[in-house]
Amino acid sequence: MNWLTNFVRPKIKALVGGKPDVPDNMWHKCPGCTQMIFHRDLTTNRHVCPHCDHHLRMPLLERMDMLFDNSAYNRIELPKVVSDPLKFRDRKRYTDRLKEARHATGEDDAVIVAHGKIGGSNAVIAGLNFDFMAGSMGTAVGEGIIAAARLAVVQKAPLIVIPASGGARMQESILSLMQMPRTTVAVQEVKEAGLPYIVLLTDPTTGGVSASFAMLGDIQIAEPGCLIGFAGRRVIEQTVREVLPDGFQTAEYLYDHGMIDMVVSRPELKDTLSGMIDLIMNPKPSGEVLPLTRESIEEHLEIPEEDGVDPDEKPIEQPITDAVGPRKAAD
Amino acid sequence: MRNFLDFEQPIADLEGKIEELRHLADDGEVNIADEIGKLQTKAEKLLRQTYTKLTPWQKVKVARHPDRPHFVDYVHGLIEDFTPLAGDRGFAEDCAILGGMGRFRGHSCVVIGHEKGHDTQSRLKHNFGSARPEGYRKAIRLMELADRFNLPVITLVDTAGAYPGVGAEERGQAEAIARSTEKCLDIKVPLISAIIGEGGSGGAIALATGDSVLMLEHAIYSVISPEGCASILWRSAEHAQAAAEALRLTAQDLLEHKIIDGIVPEPLGGAHRDPAAAIQSMGEALEAELEKVMNMDGGARRARRREKFLAIGRDDH
Ligand SMILES: [Zn+2]
Repeated sequence: MNWLTNFVRPKIKALVGGKPDVPDNMWHKCPGCTQMIFHRDLTTNRHVCPHCDHHLRMPLLERMDMLFDNSAYNRIELPKVVSDPLKFRDRKRYTDRLKEARHATGEDDAVIVAHGKIGGSNAVIAGLNFDFMAGSMGTAVGEGIIAAARLAVVQKAPLIVIPASGGARMQESILSLMQMPRTTVAVQEVKEAGLPYIVLLTDPTTGGVSASFAMLGDIQIAEPGCLIGFAGRRVIEQTVREVLPDGFQTAEYLYDHGMIDMVVSRPELKDTLSGMIDLIMNPKPSGEVLPLTRESIEEHLEIPEEDGVDPDEKPIEQPITDAVGPRKAAD
Repeated sequence: MRNFLDFEQPIADLEGKIEELRHLADDGEVNIADEIGKLQTKAEKLLRQTYTKLTPWQKVKVARHPDRPHFVDYVHGLIEDFTPLAGDRGFAEDCAILGGMGRFRGHSCVVIGHEKGHDTQSRLKHNFGSARPEGYRKAIRLMELADRFNLPVITLVDTAGAYPGVGAEERGQAEAIARSTEKCLDIKVPLISAIIGEGGSGGAIALATGDSVLMLEHAIYSVISPEGCASILWRSAEHAQAAAEALRLTAQDLLEHKIIDGIVPEPLGGAHRDPAAAIQSMGEALEAELEKVMNMDGGARRARRREKFLAIGRDDH
């Protein structure tokens, strides 16, 4: 397959420890309880406040480290897209904004795609990097999601998408809007291949991202307290002219309204994800196929000889999967 | 009484003068007919000049013109035996999106679209064309119905955007839009979409992911309203005019970037000057687009639709 060679060029970067340098003695103020937290404590605690359990935004690469087994994964190179197709300029040129974001993050755009193992199963993760223009979705992000979906299909692996996005990349205008159907096609390709599509909603997931691939998961997980919604708070306040309810558009609020499957705190995420992937990808834990013969029946069911089975009876030829036996697969 | 837009003022003045002269002509003056003829030629010339080079911001105003034909007008003009179908089966009937079955050029079809309303009462009823999740869920239901009975779907898009309200968020506005777009890409029957006024963001794409996407000549289609874009990127809604230009929201821009498949001509002076002609023009375009995909195999048609969207932006040089 030609398109595969175009983008699946595994680049094993030295990702562990390759983060932008932040001095260890830097302090962060927790937005939840306003207490000060040491930068080092924050990273070791997966960016969860040790005082109040508030989930601060977690850098995407650290998140990949956390979710993939042994923090081992390969990033794939994503297709190059036309920069600034509409020659957009507001108070600044879009090309300049892109340049700044690239310089600040060391990334080409707001999407990162990687594959590795989660709980022993192959898995593909596409994550949005909020630090890159607020994780906004333009053509590059759309292509990233499409590439991730195709990689998942080729690898027969689940696709996990981790949005963190303010929504549309306004500087790509209509092309940004077109990423909604484009990423939806990507999701359909994964689903139609019989593979699970899991969305892990993180802070924030709004606008055109929430109104497309981020809400189409077979399973929708969210981190505690994260903001998830379609319209922005300010727009809603101006429209309805009333005070918004407590906890409006938080993960818990969406859970209460039946919009997501679960709210999972960060330390539990990997196990939850691994467990679900295992349930879906390995429906029969001892899934080796055994021919149903006298020997196999005897071996697995321990049918005693004196039960009167005719030793000359032909073995039943139909293979069955060993779903009845109490034995667990060796693998 | 005609509603004039600010930039139409010179035309309004001329037409006012013509009206006055007509009044006088009734009193039997002979020379006046000549004068009226001259003024009419002048007014028409001015109208043509104005409308052939509308700025993006002027198009925004034309697209939102209160007298512009809306969904119900198109249905009235183009669809026989229209049978409205209502409700999302979960929560409510949302009149911001209307839909039903009917016959278009003799063939049964499903028609779905945003309705903005034409006076205060109907605008409130239709929530100015801004749908809540139920509207999109009704659209999904109707697309499923069309797919089940092999009926082509026509969607007419005219919305400033999906409704930003507390209840709408509570009931999953984002999810409803995502599912509606997904359904557009899932059905195997033909799906022809037309932006007839405003194509506002996710609320529009949820109905506009078609085999063919048409736009009326002066319609607009954008990821955000120029006012919204200005207030975010320029930090002030006063820069809406600049935002309208930067956003490339006109049919002409979008055809150039291969976002849409065709532009449907409007009568001189815009659809609001001659709604019947605009509706007629749209009918012909819809028929032509339907014909292109009617005889395809359903699976191939769906694959082509998906490919069409995947190709957007890839060869945009
Ligand atoms: Zn705290």
